[in-house]
Amino acid sequence: MADREMMSSEIADVQTASTPSLLNLKEIAGDFVRGLWEEIPLFRLVLGMCPTLAVTTSATNGVGMGIATAFVLTSSNIMISILRKIIPDMIRIPAFIIVIASFVTITDLMMAAFTPELHHALGIFIPLIVVNCIVLARAEAFASKNTIIRSAADGLGMGIGFTLVLILLGSTREILGNGTWFDMPVLTGIMELFNYEYQPMIVMILPPGAFIGLGLFVALANKIEERRKGKK
Amino acid sequence: MVRLILVLTIFCLVAAAALAKVYDITKGPIAEQERIKTISGLKAVLPAFNNDIDKEATEVVVGQDRKGRDIKIKFYKGKLDESPVGTAFQVIARDGYSGDISILMGVGPDGKVSGIEIISHKETPGLGNKIQKEVWRNQFKGRSLDDGPKLAVKKDGGEIDQFSGATISPRSVVNAVKKGLEIYKKESGNGG
Repeated sequence: MADREMMSSEIADVQTASTPSLLNLKEIAGDFVRGLWEEIPLFRLVLGMCPTLAVTTSATNGVGMGIATAFVLTSSNIMISILRKIIPDMIRIPAFIIVIASFVTITDLMMAAFTPELHHALGIFIPLIVVNCIVLARAEAFASKNTIIRSAADGLGMGIGFTLVLILLGSTREILGNGTWFDMPVLTGIMELFNYEYQPMIVMILPPGAFIGLGLFVALANKIEERRKGKK
Repeated sequence: MVRLILVLTIFCLVAAAALAKVYDITKGPIAEQERIKTISGLKAVLPAFNNDIDKEATEVVVGQDRKGRDIKIKFYKGKLDESPVGTAFQVIARDGYSGDISILMGVGPDGKVSGIEIISHKETPGLGNKIQKEVWRNQFKGRSLDDGPKLAVKKDGGEIDQFSGATISPRSVVNAVKKGLEIYKKESGNGG
């Protein structure tokens, strides 16, 4: 019995060693999912707060900023992973910044050309993705040490995690502060049915609303995480 | 050491080449988007026109700023079948609640406002930014310098609505429109 167990574990060992790490689906899925909750950028890593607080005045802005960041994050992760053996250790930070800045500029130009409204609404925060700590943090902590596919999964997971929180915060602020959701009259519409005019909580659209909203969400996320750990 | 310099230089060169390419691709669409934006603004403030309005625009020096540089305003003249229907130009309200408010205004040949459009502003969301609302902007239609004191917010004895909690933004828009009308009168008086 014991022998058989040992043998099977040996076989498993050999198998993991023989399958190329490039195609280890479980590992890749793990890298992807990690960004969605366990290391979700805004709640658990608490990185990239500046654009979050500034642009989440509406759900649409949240989606736009999230997708732009996710694109930059994924492409820079892939590029840095490809180049990880060429980049000398001493100049890795400037090399990362060049890669990231190039992708940000491409995103900026593309948005100006094809989604001018969104580009206008997000303004200075698109070029500022360059200094978003999530992007550099993933380049330094993950992409510079891992394979291309794993880095892509990591970037995509982190990007989607970031986007989800931006949409959540943007929706909350837009619904409470303006009565609309993706420009559809949600609260205003409901109130109109009862012949009332909705008086929006303007503070939620203003900068303090960003801090209040984000604070409450982080508290909620911490509570959920505590519960989850308690159960384990 | 040499290797470090070499690697970083190559990195920058490749990045620069890639960006130049992307710039080249997006240059056309970006210019086109800006043109569409200008034209749609002009269409909103002027009666129907059918000339190539942005190509026939003229720039006029209307004064000098404190440093002695010329302040230029671009006049867009709308024509329907060669007969003038109005002139549109941009005025900037410098006394908004937070930052400048850019306003595009159209004036008919009779000196009456045919429409205004807020191009950019930084007023408070939910309060001052109501200046963007069409209902409010429509109050300017048909106004002219002949209205005298009536072209002002109600708080100042005029006929234009202010918003509860926000008087500064509407007032600065009204003042800017008034100033625009004065500039227009002066320019058209000079045969412009």
